[in-house]
Amino acid sequence: MTFAATLKNTLSKDLRLEWRSKDAINSMLFFALLVVVIFSFSFDLTPEESRLIAGGLIWVALLFAAVVALNQTWARELRNSVLDAYRIAPAPLESLFMAKTIGNFIFVTVLELVIAPLFVIFYNLRSIGPTYQLVLVSVLGNWALVVNGTFFGAISIRTRSRETLLPLLLFPISIPALLAAVNATTTTLTGEGSAYLPLVFLAVYDVVFTTIGLFLFETVLQAE
Amino acid sequence: MKSKFTIFALFTFAMLSWGLYAAMIQAPTEATMGPVQRIFYYHVPCAWVMLLCFPANFLVSIAYLVKRNALLDALAVSTAEVGVVFCTIVLLTGPIWGKPVWGIWWTWDARLTSTLVLWLIYVSYLILRKFSIGGPNPVLAASLAIFGCIDAVFVFGAIRWFRTQHPQPVFGSGPNSGIDPRMLHAFFINIAAFTCLGILLVWLRFVLERIHQKVEEAHAMKALAALPAKVSR
Repeated sequence: MTFAATLKNTLSKDLRLEWRSKDAINSMLFFALLVVVIFSFSFDLTPEESRLIAGGLIWVALLFAAVVALNQTWARELRNSVLDAYRIAPAPLESLFMAKTIGNFIFVTVLELVIAPLFVIFYNLRSIGPTYQLVLVSVLGNWALVVNGTFFGAISIRTRSRETLLPLLLFPISIPALLAAVNATTTTLTGEGSAYLPLVFLAVYDVVFTTIGLFLFETVLQAE
Repeated sequence: MKSKFTIFALFTFAMLSWGLYAAMIQAPTEATMGPVQRIFYYHVPCAWVMLLCFPANFLVSIAYLVKRNALLDALAVSTAEVGVVFCTIVLLTGPIWGKPVWGIWWTWDARLTSTLVLWLIYVSYLILRKFSIGGPNPVLAASLAIFGCIDAVFVFGAIRWFRTQHPQPVFGSGPNSGIDPRMLHAFFINIAAFTCLGILLVWLRFVLERIHQKVEEAHAMKALAALPAKVSR
């Protein structure tokens, strides 16, 4: 099968599975909701203060919640040894990686769409800078999280304590992307300074790590 | 091999002793910081060894993925572990110096934060090696090492650009600000001595890892040899 066909088939299979079971999305949404509520209980903020720290809170909430979905990406393929079937199938493995990443990207985008209004309500947020930057940073930051998360998910599935290991591998690697995303979000919310540099940084980060991911994925999946 | 190792170990010991003498007795006490400045002679050489170990780990990991040679994997573990040890020393000696001189244990300054994130990345590398099913999986570890090292570049950039709200602490004396030659002398001897120590530790860890690998291999061969007998019974 060609790259595009494998990608389309895998992606539509994953989306159909998720649509029917709603495993990842439900647990992710509820988890993120809990984080938002607990954060807003933990801090009592004025609108100015919340503008300063909401960027950090929202990305931490997204990062934690995304791990829930990322853990299920590959765990799903262990049943009936589907992963082994992928490994011997004559289809390009890079397209499998791409399909999984795009699938996770869609899940986390849904999460963002639900979480963002909640943040606006709970923290009385109003963006002073241009709002389209928030859309850009959510797309770029989301991709940075899921591309590394999908790759490290494929690594952590091969270890003893699968679910615990993924955040341990993913969080240190994601620190620069997180810093840039938080910086871009905060600059836009407070309207102070330009979000141009962090956005470019995120774009470069995305391109570099997508490339390494595509490059090394087959090696990792075929590792004995 | 063994005698070479002993000779090198003795040489390292001599270098470290010389370094200790130069740092503690020969070098004069720094005017403003006082005796605590002497930690500098250990802090910076440790950082130096760390900066040798991590790139070495990156190169060896790439080489492993290309060549799939167990020797290279043993070298990758050794450099990563020794790097983490020296990174830990850097992170511990820093606050010991920072408290009396800056008045604070820790600040989110670019250098400190980058070192901490580097430490986190390589600790996660060691954790991955520990947790793989059926013994360490060199391919997974090598992939993570490549991700980690490229990520380090982004870490330096991100911290420089996005966390600059904090004032940069000023170092009392750079090498160009009329530093006493005896200080410089002590400093360079310690750099050399710690480089030797780093090489010695990597060497030791490498030999140990090779023994581990051979034991694993022997176990696997034994299990394979026993297999047909069990089946026929």
